[in-house]
Amino acid sequence: MSIDTTDRRLIEATQSGLPLVPEPYAAIAAGLGLDESEVMQRLQAMQDSGVIRRIAVAPNHYALGMVANGMTVWDVEDAVALNLGAQIGTLDFVSHCYLRPRALPDWPYNLFAMVHGKTRDEVATKRAEIRALLGDALRSDDILYSTRILKKTGLRLGKG
Amino acid sequence: MTALDDTDRRILNRLQEGFPITPHPFADVAAELGLEEDVLITRLARLKETRLITRFGPFYDAAAMGGAFCLCAMQVPEGDFDRVADLVNAHPEVAHNYERDHALNMWFVLATETEAGIGEVAKRIEAETGLTVLQFPKEHEFFIGFRVAA
Repeated sequence: MSIDTTDRRLIEATQSGLPLVPEPYAAIAAGLGLDESEVMQRLQAMQDSGVIRRIAVAPNHYALGMVANGMTVWDVEDAVALNLGAQIGTLDFVSHCYLRPRALPDWPYNLFAMVHGKTRDEVATKRAEIRALLGDALRSDDILYSTRILKKTGLRLGKG
Repeated sequence: MTALDDTDRRILNRLQEGFPITPHPFADVAAELGLEEDVLITRLARLKETRLITRFGPFYDAAAMGGAFCLCAMQVPEGDFDRVADLVNAHPEVAHNYERDHALNMWFVLATETEAGIGEVAKRIEAETGLTVLQFPKEHEFFIGFRVAA
């Protein structure tokens, strides 16, 4: 989908969040000098085409006490990777799950799943649950804990 | 630390699944949860103020807007880590960068306007640092969900 100037204004007006008022789309429309119906139509079109993945809350894992965060990585057979990735994605302690290419010989893993817990022990237990789920399809796995945030910036919209 | 009650948890879990694009979306979600509209809005405002949620709104996919994202990793010699981190972070295309406890100890996300931009920035970083940048583009994204344990 190609987005136009109005879509970009709408993205800029909403990328830090929706207003917490009974009619949030009307409030956004008023700020941009648009009709509420046009704002809703454009948001719906962007959601239908995948430009908007979803309208939702992002929980703060740290503030919720989930201070142990491990990137678990798995080498499973390609033929079953999609099916197994989908199963991992339904686990309630996994926040993100992706299929990615391997980088042999340094990196044999093709499934990545972020696992959150209150302690590293809890994360280790959850990792074992994933291991059990993968069963015989699993060839090797690892876990990488983040030890330092070196940079973190939000999505910045390029000039259109 | 987590001053969440059952209602907060239900709100968090429900609103991770999506939010309607309707004239009165809070009223619609409140009705589903058996709450009043103003109670839902007040609780959301409190969750945001206390930073139990970092964001509430549309999540945009830069790739769908014509841009590209790629997870990258490097194996950086320990004594050289901070110097390399500065070189990598100096690129505006580097969105996140994490140190991780692995031989591949630097993991960052590149965000560029075009697909070709990923390779160009990776090449520049390789030239500046003398290190290999491994690229792990997303081939498939599975359902993202994270439930707050009841």
